[in-house]
Amino acid sequence: MFLFILRRILSIIPVLAIVALIVFMMLHLVPGDPAAIIVGDNGTLEDIARVRAQLGLNESLPLQFWHWLLRLLQGDLGHSIFIPQSVASLIGQRIGPTLSLGLLTLVVTVLLAVPLGTIAAWKRNSWIDRSLMATSAVGFSVPAFVVGYLFIWLFGLHLHWFPVQGYTPMAQGFGAWLQGLVLPSLTLSMVYIALIARVTRAAVSEALTEDYIRTARSKGISEWRVLMRHALANAAVPIVTVVGIGVALLITGVVVTETVFAIPGLGRLTVDSVLSRDFPVIQGVTLFFSFVYVLVNLLVDLSYLLLDPRIRY
Amino acid sequence: MSAPAMSRRSALGWMLTLLAASALAMPGTSLAASNDASVLRMVPQADLKILDPVWTTATVTRDHGFMIYDTLFGMTDKGEVKPQMVDTFSHSADGKEWTFTLRSGLAFHDGAPVTSADVVASIKRWGSRASVGQLLITATKNIEAVNEKSFKIELNKPFGFMLDALGNPNNPLFIMPKRIADTPGTTQISEAIGSGPYMFKKDEYSPGSKVVYVRNPKYVPRKEPASGTAGGKTVYVDRVEWVMLPDAQTQANALVSNSVDLIERIPPEQYSAFKNDPNVVMAKQVGQGSIVMAFNHLTAPFNNPKIARAAMLAVNQQALMRAQFIAPEMFSTNASIYANGTIYWSDHTAGFTGKPQFAEAKKLLKEAGYDGKPVVMLAPTDHSTHNKYPLVMAALLRQAGFNVNVQSMDWQTEISRRAKKEPADQGGWNIFMTGFYAVDMMNPIVMAPLTGSGDKGWFGWPTSEKVEQLKTAFVEEMDPAKKKQLAAELQEEVLSKALFVPLGEYVPYTAMRKNVSGLVKAPVNVFWGIRKN
Repeated sequence: MFLFILRRILSIIPVLAIVALIVFMMLHLVPGDPAAIIVGDNGTLEDIARVRAQLGLNESLPLQFWHWLLRLLQGDLGHSIFIPQSVASLIGQRIGPTLSLGLLTLVVTVLLAVPLGTIAAWKRNSWIDRSLMATSAVGFSVPAFVVGYLFIWLFGLHLHWFPVQGYTPMAQGFGAWLQGLVLPSLTLSMVYIALIARVTRAAVSEALTEDYIRTARSKGISEWRVLMRHALANAAVPIVTVVGIGVALLITGVVVTETVFAIPGLGRLTVDSVLSRDFPVIQGVTLFFSFVYVLVNLLVDLSYLLLDPRIRY
Repeated sequence: MSAPAMSRRSALGWMLTLLAASALAMPGTSLAASNDASVLRMVPQADLKILDPVWTTATVTRDHGFMIYDTLFGMTDKGEVKPQMVDTFSHSADGKEWTFTLRSGLAFHDGAPVTSADVVASIKRWGSRASVGQLLITATKNIEAVNEKSFKIELNKPFGFMLDALGNPNNPLFIMPKRIADTPGTTQISEAIGSGPYMFKKDEYSPGSKVVYVRNPKYVPRKEPASGTAGGKTVYVDRVEWVMLPDAQTQANALVSNSVDLIERIPPEQYSAFKNDPNVVMAKQVGQGSIVMAFNHLTAPFNNPKIARAAMLAVNQQALMRAQFIAPEMFSTNASIYANGTIYWSDHTAGFTGKPQFAEAKKLLKEAGYDGKPVVMLAPTDHSTHNKYPLVMAALLRQAGFNVNVQSMDWQTEISRRAKKEPADQGGWNIFMTGFYAVDMMNPIVMAPLTGSGDKGWFGWPTSEKVEQLKTAFVEEMDPAKKKQLAAELQEEVLSKALFVPLGEYVPYTAMRKNVSGLVKAPVNVFWGIRKN
């Protein structure tokens, strides 16, 4: 297993290298000049040329990439073009709200989607199943920003149950932290719940047709125990796999949700950086997200060992 | 199965631990109900990313400058220049030697007194970058500190713009400590220390999220009532937080739910909702904004002045402004290049009325031999106050006989694209629109589009020796009546050759909770004088 983990960790390097190259090329091919943004509306071409030279944007693309890569290999993600801060410190400053939102979403999702999917499978083809699956289709189809604004209107502006935007660190009180994250995490979890509930239903449904389930039932084991200890446990691998793959959905959703709820996390940082063409920050955040995605999927692969004793690496 | 079950629980435990750790450790932007009367939470018109007001001309950085720095002179809401840090001043009979004395009690946020050495260094740095400052430095033979509180400027030629330059709110001369002002103008300063009414909280600065200022307890306001950037800058709140909420709907939600107290600039689509909300009041703080249409004069077809003038005569200001701002209270028409109500506004508009004159436009196009080549117009779809003019203007130009190609893009792409001088079919452009505050359009010197220096000038690069001569004469002239005459002549030159075209003016409304009052009327956004009950 150690060799497997080492192999997987080493495989992250070429993945990140390809991501770095693609992101760098895409950013520099997209129109938009940070120097023009910096000098402001009253600036002239001379001002733009001066700032471009200062930022090193007049160098050839391969040279710019080479310089960035060299710094990256030394663990330096570079500095923001606009803000006098390193990219690493900006990521460090913004990771808390995003981690809070992401992990709370994950918890909410698992706590809701897995039981709902299991119930749908257990009551397959009943009205409960059809209702749950229809609802999940809606959850999957409605964009996060629409759900977010609807939640804000209903629970924030109309009922005044939750703040409509912002983030309160847990250090200022668990209640305030949780209250501020309820609407964003529910918004973000909609797509995720829909996806995982459907996968859970399919996986548990398949497990319920297996011989060992019939055997368990014939032994007189309670239906609850059959579901939880036999069907769900054996359906865990595909569910966890989709949770891992769905991290990409989560990352995409974070970008939108943090904008709608004005949460100062990595999603907002990404949007702001794209709009201002802050190349080093976009590159740094994208690399960071790629790293998280690869790492989560490595953890998912390792979790198979816990979930299915037959699996060996 | 028991072992995996234990491990799952353990994994969940790790997850929750990580969640708690991340949530505990990191700072945030708490936007609970804003009830503390000593804290003003407001949404600025843009994110503050650059702190050096000399290094960039970005409006939000200028606003930041007025929070923490003071100026030698200020400008009232009527456009009059009044002493601010300066106590007394005098000049020689020929106007070539000026002496200024600072008032007592001025101190920087780090406790050091403001001296004339700080002022001289600040003028030199500002003069190396700001267009108005460059004019002053060009006219200056010598600038020196006479003693701790007095300094002298000796000129090598008349400069009738001295007080306007030192007190202009467009490209303001902010006074910094000498050790900071000695930084070259081409390098960003690393400290934000001034002697203004607020102090910048560096430790709470989170770009893209929050900027915090606290009241400067040692600031001594002038005795006169606050007016514009002049008068007593009295602060009634202990803390001002700029909360960055880029999304228009999110801003509206925050104000309605009392999470913020003030939105500096409301998007047009929110006007009706705020007008009908009993908890929200709307105020006009700064003068109206001017919208301008620029042509690329270097390439066809607008390198032909007749074709540029034909396009100008297709303008229908009423239609353009109505489409963009909807509510009639939010806009007005104005055929002058100077903002309505400012000193140099003039009705000498060379036949331009802001109403369409299609027959004349078609005649000019025919005379010029326009070949029907598509005119590329840049359209910023994400800019809430600029995104509709291109569509209306394209329809008007087509009515006049132009072939128009509207190219949609985001605003940041547009401001990069407009820097390209190439022909439109090689990645360049023919027409774009942009906006300026009244403070940026109140005289010929601060007006960015008013250049006649060809490719050395502002985007569009028109060539007009007359414009440059008139601007020089304006700077040197001391007589206000003659200055006004020169400004009118400049306007006639601009509009007769369609160097750029005024499209109308909009009213930038500020929205506040009804418990907020005291917004000072000013040429730029200022946040002293505000009270919160």
